[in-house]
Amino acid sequence: MHIVVCIKQVPDAKNVRIDPETNTLVRQGVDSIVNPHDWYAVEAALLLRDEYGGKATVMTMGPPQAEEALRETLALGVDEAVLLSDRAFAGADTWATSLTLARAVEKLGPVDLVICGKQAIDGDTAQVGPGLAAHLDQPYTTYGRRLELVDGDQLRVERLTDFGYEVVQMALPAVVTVVREIGDPRMPGLKHKMRAKKLEIPTWGAADLDLNPEEVGLQGSFTQVVKVFSPPPRSDREMITGEVEEQAEKLFKLLRAGKVPGL
Amino acid sequence: MKAKVDKEKCIACGECVEVCPVEAIEIVDEMAEVDDSCNLCGLCVDSCDYEAIDMPEVDAPETEDLESYKGVWIVAEHLNGEVHSVSCELLGAGRTLADKLGVELAAILIGDQLQDAAQQLIGYGADRVHLVEHAALSPFNDESHSQVLTELIRQKKPEILLAGATAMGRSFIPRVAVAVKTGLTADCTGLDIGEDGLLYQTRPAFGGNVMATILCPNRRPQMATVRPMVMKKRVFDEQRQGVVEPFTPSQEAITSRVKVLDTVIQEQETARLAEADVVVTGGRGLQKAENFDVIEELALLLDGAVGATRSVVDEGWKAYSHQVGQTGKTVSPKLYMACGVSGAIQHVVGMQGSEIIVAVNRDPEAPIFDIVNYGVVADLFEFLPAFVKKINEKRGE
Repeated sequence: MHIVVCIKQVPDAKNVRIDPETNTLVRQGVDSIVNPHDWYAVEAALLLRDEYGGKATVMTMGPPQAEEALRETLALGVDEAVLLSDRAFAGADTWATSLTLARAVEKLGPVDLVICGKQAIDGDTAQVGPGLAAHLDQPYTTYGRRLELVDGDQLRVERLTDFGYEVVQMALPAVVTVVREIGDPRMPGLKHKMRAKKLEIPTWGAADLDLNPEEVGLQGSFTQVVKVFSPPPRSDREMITGEVEEQAEKLFKLLRAGKVPGL
Repeated sequence: MKAKVDKEKCIACGECVEVCPVEAIEIVDEMAEVDDSCNLCGLCVDSCDYEAIDMPEVDAPETEDLESYKGVWIVAEHLNGEVHSVSCELLGAGRTLADKLGVELAAILIGDQLQDAAQQLIGYGADRVHLVEHAALSPFNDESHSQVLTELIRQKKPEILLAGATAMGRSFIPRVAVAVKTGLTADCTGLDIGEDGLLYQTRPAFGGNVMATILCPNRRPQMATVRPMVMKKRVFDEQRQGVVEPFTPSQEAITSRVKVLDTVIQEQETARLAEADVVVTGGRGLQKAENFDVIEELALLLDGAVGATRSVVDEGWKAYSHQVGQTGKTVSPKLYMACGVSGAIQHVVGMQGSEIIVAVNRDPEAPIFDIVNYGVVADLFEFLPAFVKKINEKRGE
C-alpha cells in the first residue's frame, strides 16, 4: 500500500513574541520546525507500512528550505519525499493549499491513504486535511487515534470527538488526520539518517501539477487577511501590591466582593 | 508575487525588516526592498506607520449571481437531538449580523427526530429552521452531513454561514467550503459586518501571537467556524415565532462512504473544565510536573477545575484534556486564575470570556497582565500557599 503523509514546516512558536512597545510580532531568529502534530502523521504512516507493507511518501508545500523538514522525516524511515515549491504557491489559504496538495497526490498515484496531522500550529485551522479529501473526492475522517486495515481494503479508525470517541470505517483510498494518541514518533535511525542526507527529492511547481498560477497561492485563495493586530490591553485592571501576605489578603477580599463561590 | 513598497511613502525606518518572519525585507538605497522569499503573510503591512507597504491586489473570480445570496445561516450542532450550547451562541452572534444586514437568520438542523430541537433554535433567535430529517442522517456523519449542507447552500444561497469550531464543525465544514468553492475562516473569536456589507472575521493567527481580520470578498457564502463560549447567547424566548421548513435531500447526499460503527460517550476532564465556576491554570512558571500540586490544592479548595497551557501540555506535565487555549478548550468561569502563565494570545483566546481574571506571575512585564482584572506580581510558590492559608482562615467568616 502507498501512504502519503502531508507535513508543514512552521515557525517554532516558542520563539515568537510580541514587542510590548510597538505591539508587533518580533521574529528574533525564529527557527523552523516540522509542525509537531505532523510527527504523529509520520508515525501513523510508518506503523501501517511496517505492518502491511508498501511504501510511505512524505510531501510538503513550502519555500525551498522546507526540504529540510522532509529530510528530517526521511531519517525516521519514510521511503520517499516530494517538495512542492513555486513562487506562485506563496500566500495560499487553506483552499488553495488543499487543491495543490490534492493535485500532487494524484500525480503520485495510485495512493491508498493520505495522512495529515490534526492541524498546524501556526495557522491552527485544521482545514487542509478535510479540504484535501474534498478535492480528491475521497472519504475521510479526522482526529484519528488508532488506524487499522480490515478486510484488505477497509480502513477502520478510532477517532476522538468532543464527547468521547467513535469508530468509523471506510474503503481505501481515503484521507485521515491523526492526533498524538497514535503513539510517540520513533527516533531517527543511523541507516535512515545516512539515506535521508543523500536521497534526491524532486521539486514540483504549479506547471508540474497542471495548475494555472490563478489557481494557487494568493491568487487562488478566496480569503484575504486585511488586518493584523495585537489586542489592546484592558484598561480597568488593578495591580495588587505589597508583601505576599498582604497581596493574599487583598485578593481574597476582592474576590469575595466579586462573589466568587467558595469564599 | 510579493509585498509592494510605495517608493513615495517609504522612509526606510526598517520597522518592516524587524517584523518580517521570513527575513524577506532589506533596506537598500534608503528604501525597503522585498525579495522573493516573501510569503505574503501581511505582517509588514500593519507594522508600517507610513502606509507604505501593501499586499499585491488579487481578485478571485466572483461566485456567479453573487447578489442573489441572502441571509445568515448557522449550522446547529446536536448530540441525539440535544442542541449544543455553541449553536445557541451562534444564533446570538448571527442575530446581530442578520439585523445589521436587515436579513433573515436561519438555522440548519440535520439528523433525525429533531422537532423539539427546531423549536429551541427559534427560541434562541432563529427566524427559520431548515430541517433535514432522515434515519440515515443519524448519528452524525461527516460525509453525508456535508453533502446535505452543500445541497442546501446551492439551492437556498445564504450570504453568510457560521458553524461551531467544535471537533464536529471543524471536521465537516471544510469539506462543504471546498464543495461550494468558497473561503472558510477557522476558529473565529470576533465577527462583524463592515460598511461594505462584508463579514469581518477575526481570529488568532501566527501561532496565536497576533489577531488577524479576514474577508472573503468575492465568493459566497462567506463561511466561518466560531469558537465555543466566545459569543453570547440571547435569553431563551419560549413565545418566539419562526418557520420550520423541511428539506428533502437527494439520495446521493444522504449516502456516505464512511460508516459509523460505534459512538462512545465518555465523561471527560474537559467537561469539568467547561462547567466549573473556578478554573486555576498552571503555566510554564511551574517549572515541573510535580509543582502542579499547588495548583491542584487551590482548585480543590474552590471546587474548581485545573487548567494548563499549551507549553505545559507539550512538556507532558498535564494531560491534553486540561489544555485551555486556541488548540485546547475555551472556558468562561466566574474566576480564572492564571499562575505562572505568560499570556500568549493562543492561551488568552481560550479564557478571555471569564468574568474575573487573576494572574500571578513573577514578571511584571508578562503580557498576561494586559488582560487581567487583578494582577499579582509575586513568586507563585510563595503567593499560592499564602492565598490558600488566607482562604482557610477567612472563608465562612
